[in-house]
Amino acid sequence: MNATKELIDKLREDILIWQGFKPPGAGSAQPIGLGAIESAFPNGVFPKKAIHEFITLAPEHSAATDGFIGGLLSILMENEAACVWVSTSRKLFPGSLCLFNVDPERIIFIDVSSEKDVLWIMEEALKCPGLAAVVAELNEVSLIESRRLQLAVEQSGITGFILRKDARKSVSTVATARWKITPVASEMEDKMPGVGFPRWNIELLKVRNGNPGSWTLEWAGDEFVEVETVRKSTALFNGEQRQIG
Amino acid sequence: MQKRFISLWFRYLLADWQLIRRPELKDVPFVFAAPDHGRNMITAISPLAQSQGIEVGMRTADAQAICPGLELLDDKPGRAKKLLKGLAEWCIRFSPIVMVDEFAMDGLFFDASGCTHLWGGEEEYLREIVSRLNGKGYNVRLAMADTPGAAWAISRFGTRTPLIKPGEHAEAILSLPPEALRTEETTLLKLRKLGFHQIKSFIGMPRSVLRRRFGEAFLARMGQALGTVDELIIPIQVPIPFQQRLPCLEPIKTRKGIEIAITRLLESICLQLKNEGKGLRSAILTCYRIDGKIVQVDIGTNGATHSVSHLFKLFQLKIDQIRPALGIELFMLDAPKVDEVAPGQESLWTGKPGMNDQSVIQLLDRVAGKVGNGVINRYIPASHFWPERSIRQTNSITETAATEWRTDKPRPTELLKKPDPIEVMALIPDHPPKFFIYKNIRHLVVKADGPERIEREWWLDEGEHRDYYQVEDEQGQRYWLYRSGHYDGGQKYKWFIHGFFA
Repeated sequence: MNATKELIDKLREDILIWQGFKPPGAGSAQPIGLGAIESAFPNGVFPKKAIHEFITLAPEHSAATDGFIGGLLSILMENEAACVWVSTSRKLFPGSLCLFNVDPERIIFIDVSSEKDVLWIMEEALKCPGLAAVVAELNEVSLIESRRLQLAVEQSGITGFILRKDARKSVSTVATARWKITPVASEMEDKMPGVGFPRWNIELLKVRNGNPGSWTLEWAGDEFVEVETVRKSTALFNGEQRQIG
Repeated sequence: MQKRFISLWFRYLLADWQLIRRPELKDVPFVFAAPDHGRNMITAISPLAQSQGIEVGMRTADAQAICPGLELLDDKPGRAKKLLKGLAEWCIRFSPIVMVDEFAMDGLFFDASGCTHLWGGEEEYLREIVSRLNGKGYNVRLAMADTPGAAWAISRFGTRTPLIKPGEHAEAILSLPPEALRTEETTLLKLRKLGFHQIKSFIGMPRSVLRRRFGEAFLARMGQALGTVDELIIPIQVPIPFQQRLPCLEPIKTRKGIEIAITRLLESICLQLKNEGKGLRSAILTCYRIDGKIVQVDIGTNGATHSVSHLFKLFQLKIDQIRPALGIELFMLDAPKVDEVAPGQESLWTGKPGMNDQSVIQLLDRVAGKVGNGVINRYIPASHFWPERSIRQTNSITETAATEWRTDKPRPTELLKKPDPIEVMALIPDHPPKFFIYKNIRHLVVKADGPERIEREWWLDEGEHRDYYQVEDEQGQRYWLYRSGHYDGGQKYKWFIHGFFA
């Protein structure tokens, strides 16, 4: 039994190598702090040299996505690195990023008027080795455009995030992962009244060579903490116990 | 260095200009006239009119009597100056310092010091200027001498050679009439009355004698011609210390050609900047087309740089704006703004260096060049509680905050630019809403925090304070709501949504 598992693991690794996924070298595979979610990716490592696509439907969801990306940026932007945030209609409040351990001063916001400019800037920024990550709020991105972005990323090793706020137009892109972040009810310790830490349902809709799945995470002040779904379900029925602080 | 000046005299400036515009006037004698003290006076004449005996300063009635077929054209005040300015700008190709002759308003001065060798010698230089201007249709006379005054004199009254060798200018003007010194009309009359028909007849006189009779201005003019008094040079364009020019043998029309020209110019200007420890902050590329038009593109950088490849990338974004039409004959690159460059230390470990990294600055330069400078923003905290004013936008890449970011109070991840009004059911006096209706959707409030009262800064604007609540609805979505004002008898209070929490 054990031998079969080893054999299958070995074969999986071989397939990944043939598909262009190199096994992480020693010391290079640092966790991004997502816990169990990281195991959904090939080799169990969050791909930093990749384009991640986030889809949202409602403004509340885009706030949750912004928060989740903020949490990822806090790890990616270690060592004083900078980040570029390109958008046509940005609502993100820079001051709130402090809550996700990101220094807002190290984010360069580029607010342009057309999606074409967003794409151009994103591609240029992804080629810039001095950045840690690039976030772009884009609604429409075609297969060819996303392929260009992917090529830029493969050269420089920068993480690219695409936020698609109008996800009804579903198009196929070459993004490594497609995420959907939705807010779920927060919970205070010991059933105390009030709003707790931000908590999200994280759906990994598509991962290249990985296993899609769904998790519930909480940003506990300075790191992601996984929440057991059992507690979530009870939290939904706490309505009548509401107390005003 | 030996100073050399050229005086350029357009003999029929307005007439030539008119002939270029209207070639059909070639065989017609015509004059420009303008009203002066109730009479129509001739201000400029064509060569054909001159041959008929018409002179500047005649009345038009007299002139028409002499020459019945004379064409009269209206002269506008200031037209000659405008024309000369245009010609002076065109002539910058010959010398960086070109000025308009303000005395007679019919010529130009060039400071040709150190320019002539580029054309292979002074004679070739003069020949080139004359042939180019003749080719455009202007009839010119010019002279080159050590002083602008002497050059002026020779260009208008000289009979032998236009090229006065260094140190010989005083000798060359001796036989010229006193008008050649740019003297006033009244002084000229006095000189004639006294029988001074040539400069040599009074130039040796004691200065005090001349001053008493003809005034200080006359002495100054004499000194300017001899080189003892400096002439005020007001160039039409102040020369820029960092400037490179590239004349082309054949007119450039292709994108590739323009790219090569830009690279060449950048290479030489960057070498110059590098040797002086300076970097470029802005650059202007001026293209002179063979049809006489000038095309300009400019770039700016966020930090001083003398990297050819980076500057070339910035120009590459602008090449589309250059219309070569029939071809570009001269490229000129100016660096009007330069800064000291801090020599960067080579880092042993290239990690993720952050905001001050060269590649980031270069990226921002490219973005600014393509989309515009106003789109790049950074935010630093401002010491205000009012949410809209709690961040301050800055365009600088290096500016750091004087205060800390506040993290003690909850602030939404997404803040609406303008708060949206909502309908709310809430208990008084200070309970959070039971439910609220936003965009026609009813949200039942399950959890809430607050209120957090934020007072309006009365010294900045007027209005009600806000009581903020952080609420979570039954789907787990978190909002930032506020009530504007007190629950007070007749007063208006309103509820708004101002943001979304993560």
